[in-house]
Amino acid sequence: MNPALINLGYLAASALFIAGLKGLAHPRSALKGNVMGATGMLIAVVMTLLDRRIVNIQTIVVTLALGAAIGATLAVKIRMTAMPQLVAVLNGLGGGASVFVAGVGLLEIQHTEGSPLHHFTAAAVLSGIVGAVTFWGSWVAFAKLQALITEDSIRVSGQQLVMFTLAAVAGGLGLWMVFIPSPYASYWLVVAASSLLGLLLVLPVGGADMPVVIALLNSCSGLAASATGFVLDNHVLIIAGSLVGASGFILTQIMCRAMNRSLIDVMAGITPAGPSSGKAEDIYKGRVKSGSPEEVALLFDAARRVVIVPGFGMAVAQAQHAVAQLAAVLRARGIEVEFAIHPVAGRMPGHMNVLLAEANVPYELLKDLDESNASFDRTDVTLVIGANDVVNPIARTAAASPIAGMPILDVDKSAAVVVVKRSLSPGFAGIPNPLFADDKTIMLFGDARDMVQAIVKALKEA
Amino acid sequence: MDAFIVGLTVFVLALFAGFEIITKVPPTLHTPLMSGANAISGITIVGALLAAGSERDPVSNWLGLAALLFATINVVGGFLVTHRMLRMFRRHSRQDQ
Repeated sequence: MNPALINLGYLAASALFIAGLKGLAHPRSALKGNVMGATGMLIAVVMTLLDRRIVNIQTIVVTLALGAAIGATLAVKIRMTAMPQLVAVLNGLGGGASVFVAGVGLLEIQHTEGSPLHHFTAAAVLSGIVGAVTFWGSWVAFAKLQALITEDSIRVSGQQLVMFTLAAVAGGLGLWMVFIPSPYASYWLVVAASSLLGLLLVLPVGGADMPVVIALLNSCSGLAASATGFVLDNHVLIIAGSLVGASGFILTQIMCRAMNRSLIDVMAGITPAGPSSGKAEDIYKGRVKSGSPEEVALLFDAARRVVIVPGFGMAVAQAQHAVAQLAAVLRARGIEVEFAIHPVAGRMPGHMNVLLAEANVPYELLKDLDESNASFDRTDVTLVIGANDVVNPIARTAAASPIAGMPILDVDKSAAVVVVKRSLSPGFAGIPNPLFADDKTIMLFGDARDMVQAIVKALKEA
Repeated sequence: MDAFIVGLTVFVLALFAGFEIITKVPPTLHTPLMSGANAISGITIVGALLAAGSERDPVSNWLGLAALLFATINVVGGFLVTHRMLRMFRRHSRQDQ
């Protein structure tokens, strides 16, 4: 087929990707946007298959079918609470594919030209490094999210030295390849060093910092695709990769800002420890009021406006359907209900929103940090479900606290607070939460789903 | 070198377009944004097809097929799971209207 026609097809695909992402600006147009993106991808694939350079089509079709079957099964079977794991795996696969394709690209360049042009080699090396880091980093993220390994920050002594060495090896070897004709195997040495680097980069990252890492790996998978595009001199790869790189980067920034932490601190697993927040017993002793679902139901009955704050605990307990039912019961009684969602609630950006959407909560009720904070002072009851650090008022007051300056949901400004939690154990930041000892707070100790169901039952019986 | 400069131009312009579009995505859609963008980054499938279908040597073909498997899972899984999530969001907007 005429190369111009193929390139026109790629142009159409690129345009569809951009228009598709634009559709995600609103839940109503988002579905159409995603279909546009998928159509763009289909056009790109068909155009490539029509390229006369493609041989051994049978093997290719079999591989395509196999990949499609695996991908479709994953997409259909995955539980919404496990979405962060799936996205981690998909990010990793994208990065892995880039490593292989850049490897082939480099091989072809070395075959055809005596001394390959610098920039092709540079792009291949970059794709190998970023892709390998993404691939192995994503598997570590997956293992942490799936609780195959501990979610805590894993740090061994000298880890940073090893990481610097690996980065230096990968970068140095890469530079050497660019300027001095070198054996093809050096590319795979670069990939090997980057793979180890990817593992070591994500191991120190703690569970609650996962949203940042997932967003960052998302960005990297895009940049790897873009670098591969430079190797193949293919613009659709460059454009698509660059769009995804930008998207992941923006999300990374949003997540970091929502925690008031720098990307470097997150990646190093550094939580600025501060002793000033006080001992747990001093804060909690004699002040924590434990309530029953019936008391809470009475509280709700008298309320006109209720705000629900979901956290990772809701996902762990699979409580989203019970929570949605509670919201529906309250709304049926004419009570105004809203959900206040902190950007880093859960394990990936927007995690809570997807769970609540799954449970049929209208998205208009889901409010972000700023919208929510503007309304807590006119809220009668705030129900906190499995969230801790994101509602800790210490972030506003104690300058030396690990979460100082982190934007929080000001739930303590509402007239009454109910916290559903298993115990008084600290959140990820490892500090006590004075909210639990506040005069207007009632603690409901127990499993989030059981407790919310008990409240619903009590409301219906009352 | 010319091809590289053209590529770089395209890259930088697409980066700007990406920033403009993505900043308008509301937080409530950030998860579908990630999975959808992720599916788009599976565009490496194009490179994988070219590698798997090249006549040069078996090493290229095998690497290409491995990349093709990865990228296809990425693309199909990504778009489908995004579709599944977005359908849940749209269901409610209909109900409320």
